[in-house]
Amino acid sequence: MSLRAGIVLFPGTNRERDMAIALAKVSGGREPVMIWHKETSLPPLDLIVLPGGFSHGDYLRCGAMAAQSPVMRAVRDFAEAGGHVLGVCNGFQILTEAGMLPGALLRNAGLRFLGQDHSMRVEQTDSIYTSGYAQGQIIRVVLAHGDGNYFADTATLDRLEGEGQVAFRYASPSGEVSDATNPNGSQRGIAGIISANRRVLGLMPHPEDYVDPLMGGEDGLPMFAGIVQGLAA
Amino acid sequence: MKAIVTVMLKPGVLDPQGRAIGHALETLGFDGIGDVRAGKIIELELAETDAGKAKAAAEAMADKLLANTVIESYRVEVV
Amino acid sequence: MSARPVSEKLAREFGLNAEEWGRVQTIMGRMPSFTELGIFSVMWSEHCSYKSSRIWLKELPTKAEWVVHGPGENAGVVDIGDGLTAIFKMESHNHPSFIEPYQGAATGVGGILRDVFTMGARPIANLNALRFGRPENPRTKRVVDGVVRGIGGYGNCVGVPTVGGEVNFHAAYDGNPLVNAMTVGIAPKDRIFLSAAAGIGNQVVYVGSKTGRDGIHGATMASAEFDANSEEKRPTVQVGDPFTEKLLIEACLELMGTDAIVAIQDMGAAGLTSSSVEMAGKGGVGIQLDLDSVPQRETGMSAYEMMLSESQERMLIVLRPGAEEIARAIFEKWDLDFAVIGHITDTGRIVVRHKGVTEADIPLGPLADEAPLYRRPIQWPVPLPVLDNATITCTMPTDQALLQLVASPDLCSRAWIASQYDPAVGGQTVKKPGQADAAIVKIEGSNRALAITTDCTPRYCQADPKMGGMQAVAEAWRNITATGARPLAITDNMNFGNPEKPEIMGQFAAAIQGMAEACIALDFPVVSGNVSLYNETEGKGILPTPAIGGLGVIEDAHVARGIAIEPHQDLVLIGETAGWLGQSLFLREIMGREEGAPPPVNLVAERRNGDFVRHQIAKGCVHACHDVSDGGLLVALAEMALAGNCGLALDELNTAHATHAFLFGEDQSRYVIAAKDASGLLEEARTAGIPACLLGRTGGNELTFPGGSSVSLADLKEAHERFFKTWMS
Repeated sequence: MSLRAGIVLFPGTNRERDMAIALAKVSGGREPVMIWHKETSLPPLDLIVLPGGFSHGDYLRCGAMAAQSPVMRAVRDFAEAGGHVLGVCNGFQILTEAGMLPGALLRNAGLRFLGQDHSMRVEQTDSIYTSGYAQGQIIRVVLAHGDGNYFADTATLDRLEGEGQVAFRYASPSGEVSDATNPNGSQRGIAGIISANRRVLGLMPHPEDYVDPLMGGEDGLPMFAGIVQGLAA
Repeated sequence: MKAIVTVMLKPGVLDPQGRAIGHALETLGFDGIGDVRAGKIIELELAETDAGKAKAAAEAMADKLLANTVIESYRVEVV
Repeated sequence: MSARPVSEKLAREFGLNAEEWGRVQTIMGRMPSFTELGIFSVMWSEHCSYKSSRIWLKELPTKAEWVVHGPGENAGVVDIGDGLTAIFKMESHNHPSFIEPYQGAATGVGGILRDVFTMGARPIANLNALRFGRPENPRTKRVVDGVVRGIGGYGNCVGVPTVGGEVNFHAAYDGNPLVNAMTVGIAPKDRIFLSAAAGIGNQVVYVGSKTGRDGIHGATMASAEFDANSEEKRPTVQVGDPFTEKLLIEACLELMGTDAIVAIQDMGAAGLTSSSVEMAGKGGVGIQLDLDSVPQRETGMSAYEMMLSESQERMLIVLRPGAEEIARAIFEKWDLDFAVIGHITDTGRIVVRHKGVTEADIPLGPLADEAPLYRRPIQWPVPLPVLDNATITCTMPTDQALLQLVASPDLCSRAWIASQYDPAVGGQTVKKPGQADAAIVKIEGSNRALAITTDCTPRYCQADPKMGGMQAVAEAWRNITATGARPLAITDNMNFGNPEKPEIMGQFAAAIQGMAEACIALDFPVVSGNVSLYNETEGKGILPTPAIGGLGVIEDAHVARGIAIEPHQDLVLIGETAGWLGQSLFLREIMGREEGAPPPVNLVAERRNGDFVRHQIAKGCVHACHDVSDGGLLVALAEMALAGNCGLALDELNTAHATHAFLFGEDQSRYVIAAKDASGLLEEARTAGIPACLLGRTGGNELTFPGGSSVSLADLKEAHERFFKTWMS
């Protein structure tokens, strides 16, 4: 059982090692393939990850230029053929800019970068990313973003809610979701959303930074264990 | 030619930066400030010499990259 | 800036005094050109030449078995085992941060990162040491906000975690904040890159960003006092681009994986001038530069402007013969400029050509060897007299005094600052800010971790510069020790006032003496550093601030201890308590007095207590450990309680000292240890002759003090977090 994962590197990507460590941990030490953003074709893969960072400096808009990278055509084709794509933080921003997930990520409401722990509530469990959690489970994750304020129009938000596409919501450690537990102004406290076919997930927090108790927690581990279980059969 | 692309958040999209600017201006003693919106201006030097074609080109660029039409609207001016 | 006629008047404008100007003419044997005068003036500025401080810096110990490269390289290098080295340095960006806080701080981070990766190290941690003016000063808030955003804006984007730092507020920094940034990197011991150029005919290559007119004469500005017109100096502040820096890190490290590089140096202060002069000078060779090939962002730049520009994110590399294509391909891959701009010669001179004209031709030997070196007049400081505790009568109840102290700007929670920095990127941060006395960052693929801290107590340094210097080094050593790590070496960032004033030079020299004594006693040598002088505004100097960046190593990151307590543990105090109130925060914040001598550091006790604590941690006898510093014992305990969200109860005191002196005195060389059962530890301490006593037990939701008063965790937390929330809202 081993997962064939690829991590896309854009100029300015900086959380590729964090992601590689998390994926290797659940794949018997197998390191994911690193894919340069100028590539136009992909090796055979089970999962593509768009990791965190500041692609192209996050100039213009976060993720906007990365979304136009040559590799994104291949990533889109991969997803359209039913492939699994995970976008974390900058990766989530790139997925929305590329139109692969609805909505957009705006500047944090407090206008400051947030580098801190936060809790989020698991809102659905019917995907490889979330099957390792219980519905409503509260997990602790690392936030590290300046533009994580999720926005979509009301119709889109209603559709996401109706289709069970809201994957994670910011919460208090005891599980309440309110304005007070919303760190960045995201609409309806949304921290992550998933595509209708449950294969493309984007989220702002970093589950990959909590896969080892030594680093302060392992609430992110079930996501990666779930991915391996779901894909490396 | 030069194309000036102005990108603004669409009405209805919360603009915390604009709000903060408004708040700061009030703190400085400026009264009577209504809604404040912050956007960006992108100036493009274009080789194109036909104003109409330059405008069309700049609009295509805005559509494709310079603005995210989910949240932003844009206006192109050619000078 | 177009060329102007060279004269003594111009030389003075450029910061050279009459004697220095005379020496320039002697070396050249003719009237120097405009560009040559520019080169001399920046190379001989305080910032580049260390002309006032060099003579004293020699007194610092720089050697130990584990030191691979001491001062003199871009950064210090120490052996951390497993064939790896840690490469680190701290550097100031004080003046730019006052003029334009965001860019000043951001480019400070960028500059120190380059000093570290230029030696072949991947940066794994950033820290900072910040001093700001009084919060009541309307300007302070803007400076704090800008500096914090700047540090975060740069560090977060380049993907290096910001894992620690310290912040103080004092009126002496009202017009002159201090922004000291530290970077730590890791490199294999056999892959360290130095800056000495070699190989006659080898190509000199310029990589990174294009050159513009930014920051011209930044190095001479950093060597001049501020005056009321400082605001007008704004255009000389450089603008940083962390995105390009990130690309530059990756491209340089990729190139370093090949054997293309002979020597490499970042273009920091005085840009192309200092990098080319230092590289050729260190290698004992000559260098010829052809400025027509320099990538330029602006049109019509003169030789003078290009040589003195401080545009950021640029490096100079001497390549091995035949390596040009490999190198070019790597920099093109990363979308960075790459240009061959010169070659190494055997002339021992720097020759600068531009548009067919020789703009500069200077012998490198005299430029370096005859750089001014001053033994400035000194007035040795007279330490303030020891404060008589009998003059301090405190009527404030313990609980109230504690709440007031933890709410004060110097002791309150730094979460507002820390949360604007990314502490976790890289996935190796074991202890984040506030979780341990030193940040703990693991080395990927190994169990080994580094313990890193920045320390200085400027009010101690003001009262007694020698003791203050000693204390700064001792506290860095103590903070590393409290995590269980073995302290290895320090970098120092000496921030002082105008060295032409004998009393300032006296502060500097005394601080060095104190630091040197501590470094020797604790086997904790200086491996790199930076000096920032002329930190004055309109004649008023800052507090002497020798900021220390300390680094240690721990073989197994799992052994590293934090400060958070858990219920059902014994609390033990290690070290002697005399109730020293002079220069304490209790004295300042509660009694409204800034008086007396600072607490003395007994280096023998320091070493003995610290070695004992480290040994107990290694044996697994310690759950949490925190050194006792600013605010004294009770503040240390409160911080442990807050970190663990766990209360504690103190036993009645068995001491001859007044309660407030015992609880809030700032006696040195002390630690609080939390352990499941401390009886064995206490017994061992007794046998070893280490002062140790049981303070009480952990548990519950409140802190209970001798005499029975108490504070709830919730109230303590509210007080601790109040300052920044209110101030910055």
